Amino acid sequence: MTEAQIKAAPGDGGTLVVTVSGDWLLGASLPGPNSVLQLLRQSPPPASVAFDTSLLGDWDTGLIIALLAIQREAASQNTNFDEAGLPDGARRLLDLALAVAEREGARRHAKPKRFLERVGDSVLEVIENGKELLAFIGELVLSFGRYARGTATYLRSDLLLYIQQAGAQAFAIVSVISFLIGMIFAFVGVMQLNMFGAGIYTADLVAVAMVREMAPIMTAIIMAGRTGAAYAAQIGTMKVNEEIDALKTLGMQPIDFLVTPRVIALVLMMPLLTMYSSLMGILGGMGVGVIMLDISLVQYVAQTMDAVGLNSLLGGLFKSIVYGSLVALAGCQQGMACGNSALAVGQSTTKAVVMGIVLIVISASLLTVIYINIGI
Amino acid sequence: MPDSDAQILVEDLTMAYGDFLIQADLNFTINRGDVFIIMGGSGCGKSTLLKTMIGLKSPDKGDVFYNGAPFWSSSHEHQEILKRSFGTTFQAGALWSSMTLAENIGLALRQYTDLGDKAIREVAAYKLMLVGLAGFEDYYPNEISGGMMKRAGLARAMALDPEILFFDEPSAGLDPISAKLLDDLILELRDSLGTTVIIVTHELASIFAIGNNSVFLDPVTKTQLATGDPNDLRDNHENLVVRNFLQRGMAETNA
Repeated sequence: MTEAQIKAAPGDGGTLVVTVSGDWLLGASLPGPNSVLQLLRQSPPPASVAFDTSLLGDWDTGLIIALLAIQREAASQNTNFDEAGLPDGARRLLDLALAVAEREGARRHAKPKRFLERVGDSVLEVIENGKELLAFIGELVLSFGRYARGTATYLRSDLLLYIQQAGAQAFAIVSVISFLIGMIFAFVGVMQLNMFGAGIYTADLVAVAMVREMAPIMTAIIMAGRTGAAYAAQIGTMKVNEEIDALKTLGMQPIDFLVTPRVIALVLMMPLLTMYSSLMGILGGMGVGVIMLDISLVQYVAQTMDAVGLNSLLGGLFKSIVYGSLVALAGCQQGMACGNSALAVGQSTTKAVVMGIVLIVISASLLTVIYINIGI
Repeated sequence: MPDSDAQILVEDLTMAYGDFLIQADLNFTINRGDVFIIMGGSGCGKSTLLKTMIGLKSPDKGDVFYNGAPFWSSSHEHQEILKRSFGTTFQAGALWSSMTLAENIGLALRQYTDLGDKAIREVAAYKLMLVGLAGFEDYYPNEISGGMMKRAGLARAMALDPEILFFDEPSAGLDPISAKLLDDLILELRDSLGTTVIIVTHELASIFAIGNNSVFLDPVTKTQLATGDPNDLRDNHENLVVRNFLQRGMAETNA
């Protein structure tokens, strides 16, 4: 393989003769057209640029790219580009590359945004997202109205399936997590409270924490990762496949058909899962408490029953309904707002989970303040 | 109405996505029983025009008249009723993936008719037979091939015996034989049911085989360049772009 070389020398009548020799193959070290471009830029520019390729060996895209650069420079200097001296194949490839002129405005100029611009864009996006969410809530309320009047289209079998998916199928994960959380609370309680000889109050700690706060919040976070993400992905994929357009063309409300049953399923199942989660947490705490505190099971149960009143239970269940509707809302809204590509489905799913968890935490703080003030 | 046979009238239609103009000043008429082709190069807004005609995307200006009544400036209720006389097949079928083919076809029947479950199933089976999918009632969309999905999509579009059938690129991605069969099926439906058919396509073979009326959209000037019988446009239209498209770029400059 001979080394690729490019030389340019002025010829007759203001012509710049470019001599290309050696093997011009991509991946080899090619000299590049810069030396020729320099000569083209001098003033006055040469009238014409011609080629001598008698010593050219093998060539591929590597040569064409160099030629295109020369052609572009020649065109901008109004220099005639004489391709007669080029190999036949190279000439045809050049013609092909230049056959369709660049569409005006098609090229994108990536402009790096300044910091303030980016901050502004993000803020505007947050406001826009907020508006979209409010509009979505409005549509959902209208849809509930249609459900109440019995004019909504949906498949009962779909609703039952969603209930199964958001309910029974979440049992295993909720059990494991709640049981472990209960155990962790009991460990902490035993360690700290035993220092004051108040180890028995571990039962109160576990029961109150689980029923009032942890069961609703942990179940909601599990459901955000499990069901909220699934909702966004399912509805988003339907959007990509034009399945939602297909519903609309039949005059059906996609929101009645896809969103409301999912919201109903999750809102119905959340309190049940939360109650179950509290139970599992208390059982986990009981295991640890009874073993580490050396008290009887009866004592522990009695202590637990004293600790949790109906108010705590109802308060926890109300929270779970709020969280459940927020998770379903985030999942379905992101699904319906999904773009038209596989990438967009992924983004929607991520956003659904993040938005779900953020909404849970915000509403948890608000509800806790409200509960304290009204004395639950 | 200027023409008693005119079923659909598109008047001064302008469509855009935000500031990005798609097509402007479209004017054409579709007669009852036409096989009407919406054609043009890639990215010229054919599918967008279809979406505007079936009520998925609102136009920026102008309106679509069905039997003399405007679509976009009428009430929501009227739009919903009108939509039921349309059947639409989408590029990739767009069958609802969580439902079997029979359920896909049955959904509209369940919603808009008083038929019982058994009758709905019978109708679904019959519609599947029409498109050559007899016996596939209980298959899910992901269990059948792409060509079969398109035909199943057609069966679903025909569920309510629509007056107007819209097709978005029906033969894209089909082998020549399947594409021919689909063309024959479209003609057969037109002849036997009197359905008006509107097709977005750039398959020349289909255009000449079944189209008797058309509109040509141009992505450069962003408006329609021609409307009429595609066979006639191919040979006689004054605009080179139109003739070039219809003759696969072989048009003589001075025809």
